[in-house]
Amino acid sequence: MAIEILMPALSPTMEEGSLTKWLVKEGDPIQSGDILAEIETDKATMEIESVDDGIMGKLLVDAGSENVAVNTVIAVLLEDGDDADALPTATAPAHQPEPSKPDVADEPATTSETLISPPAFEPVVQMDVPAGTKMVETTIRDALRDAMAEEMRRDEDVFLIGEEVAQYQGAYKVSREMLEEFGSRRVIDTPITEHGFAGLAVGAAFTGLRPVVEFMTFNFAMQAIDHIINSAAKTRYMSGGQMACPIVFRGPNGAASRVGAQHSQDYAPWYGHVPGLKVVAPYDAADAKGLLKSAIRDPNPVVFLEHELMYGETFDVPDVEDWLVPIGQALVRREGTDATITAHSRMVGFSLQAAEILSQEGISVEVIDLRTIRPLDEETILASVRKTNRLVTAEESWGRMGIGAEIAAMVTEGAFDYLDAPPKRVHQVETPLAYAANLESLSMPNPERIAQAVREVCYV
Amino acid sequence: MSGSSPKSKKISKKKKNVSNYDSTELLHYYREMLQIRRFEEKAGQLYGMGLIAGFCHLYIGQEAVVVGMQAAIEDGDQVITGYRDHGHMLTLGMEPRGVMAELTGREGGYSKGKGGSMHMFSTEKNFFGGHGIVGAQVSLGTGLAFANSYRGNDRVSLAYFGDGAANQGQVYESFNMAKLWDLPVIYVIENNHYAMGTAIVRSSSETHLHKRGASFGIPGVEVDGMDVLAVKEAGEMAVAHARAGKGPMILEMKTYRYRGHSMSDPAKYRTREEVNSVRAQSDPIEQLKQTIFEAGFADEAALKEIDKEIKAIVNDAADFAKDSPEPDPSELYTDVLA
Repeated sequence: MAIEILMPALSPTMEEGSLTKWLVKEGDPIQSGDILAEIETDKATMEIESVDDGIMGKLLVDAGSENVAVNTVIAVLLEDGDDADALPTATAPAHQPEPSKPDVADEPATTSETLISPPAFEPVVQMDVPAGTKMVETTIRDALRDAMAEEMRRDEDVFLIGEEVAQYQGAYKVSREMLEEFGSRRVIDTPITEHGFAGLAVGAAFTGLRPVVEFMTFNFAMQAIDHIINSAAKTRYMSGGQMACPIVFRGPNGAASRVGAQHSQDYAPWYGHVPGLKVVAPYDAADAKGLLKSAIRDPNPVVFLEHELMYGETFDVPDVEDWLVPIGQALVRREGTDATITAHSRMVGFSLQAAEILSQEGISVEVIDLRTIRPLDEETILASVRKTNRLVTAEESWGRMGIGAEIAAMVTEGAFDYLDAPPKRVHQVETPLAYAANLESLSMPNPERIAQAVREVCYV
Repeated sequence: MSGSSPKSKKISKKKKNVSNYDSTELLHYYREMLQIRRFEEKAGQLYGMGLIAGFCHLYIGQEAVVVGMQAAIEDGDQVITGYRDHGHMLTLGMEPRGVMAELTGREGGYSKGKGGSMHMFSTEKNFFGGHGIVGAQVSLGTGLAFANSYRGNDRVSLAYFGDGAANQGQVYESFNMAKLWDLPVIYVIENNHYAMGTAIVRSSSETHLHKRGASFGIPGVEVDGMDVLAVKEAGEMAVAHARAGKGPMILEMKTYRYRGHSMSDPAKYRTREEVNSVRAQSDPIEQLKQTIFEAGFADEAALKEIDKEIKAIVNDAADFAKDSPEPDPSELYTDVLA
């Protein structure tokens, strides 16, 4: 059967091109791979090759023709047994109506007209602490260790990998005594090679293992961010749901103290931006433990942001068999009526201190601990703002494109009529963090700055 | 052949000794390589018709590499590669229909149309992608081997990458960990001599890529990647090495792609004569064809019959890929999270 050779699209944007030169004539024997013609596209001059064997039957478009539409028949190739005389002789018009497109593309677009809604937010219920439950004073450092150890006892597929996690017992001693209990097969010291070990762990997670990857700090995870986003977060979607990546990336995030710009940054907005990731940033020890256990069990990649300056702080942790805090649920840490503060991680403590200052001034503040950055518990925030009518956000990251910016936008969209004042954001100033003590302190949010923002939205 | 740790040996089967092979085996390799070539030619055609969009990197010329390596591994071993991945999938036994329909972005594709040419997977066939970030598959593939080692099974993983990816930093981070922990991974470098449009001599201070593992203690072998039997034998040696717990090995496959880097490649960085000369002298399919004739395993007519069968399979895949509907709009929000 004769084979029609069509004007090819040689780039994603090409709609037509010029056929500058034929490199074969009618009657020539053609082999797959032979160059047939030169074509000038919107980008370059390119050669077209034959993909079939045969004899060149007819050249239907003259050399030098311009504006030849993609998919125009430009030549006919004869296979064994074809008759050249039976072929059409007329030269095809340089302009064909429209390149043939797949039928489905002609159907009415289902994009802008028919808006497809994302799945509704499904609130999750916090695990109840039964009355009379014993509370154990625990540092955040130990709460995190307990979470990992409990999950590793429970599931052989869970392992800890990172720099200094084994023999050194963790750069911040979070993995203290884990090597002794679990051995070097499951508590793995890596070379200083963030990009490599993050990729290695994601590959292991593709097979169903559940790695807990410790970054010595999230500042170093920037070397590995390609694997966190391109390999871990996107693969489920890119595979049409076939692949899973159950992995936790954890470590200290945010500014420590006097360590300079490269070691001081809150990455919550960076990861919070990415579909396919869950992002968690706990404040106290109970949440650190319960959320880390949930993160390890989660079938999705979870970025778990800790805070170096909080590791040694002590909080009550419920002494229950399997303490789990669900991902995706904010917690009202303090109830109030005059203004809402949202915060995550260390800023929750600062916000509670601000609320205390303000209560002395007769201002009643509600403090929401976001706990999860993505998915954000929008309902809890909106319900609070509908009650208080005022919003202040507190975070350690920079303000532009930050968590507070997102929450202010979300509240403006979802509770505009309830607002009695424009939302106010408290955040690090828009500079790299300075080393000098006075400049560092001028940069960062503190309880008084948060309190002042509340006074401003309350117009006092 | 296993057991030795050659540092920089060259494996080539230019002088064919096929006494170890029977007709079934050679015809199988012929069929597999031809299926890739015909599939890719069809994909190129569909691209030209506007049915395939975006980036589309064809494997034509390199067929002997995946077909030879596939012959060296077993069920349960894992494969991962970069974006020039169609040949790997077909060789692993993934359905031509599902691969082609992913190229056209349709519901019947392996990723339901959400991945495209560079992002396909098959958990059933142990194919872990299909990765669009150059070099990422090397760390990920090392992780597959880590998982095998962690589980204590005897599976090995093949991490394919090109001469371009061989200059990425994470490749060496991976080499280091793989040898440090003796992970069962085989790094198959498909050296087709051009990283997109940059010839290897313009990109690489050491162009003998099989030597790149030397400072980590990883043995490397240069292989004639246009000779499916040479590839298979090198593959068997490396697989035996890795499966025996001796750690990683590098196989540098000297190969060549006939087509551009992607569909929109004007190919101004190499001459037409160079391409034609490789095709004329080293084409993997033609070479095997001659071997088959010389051994008397089949005649021209028998091979034409195989060609016909493959054309039918490829045409069926193309028809399926054209007829399969676009994904339902409701698929937009699925598969983001579990």
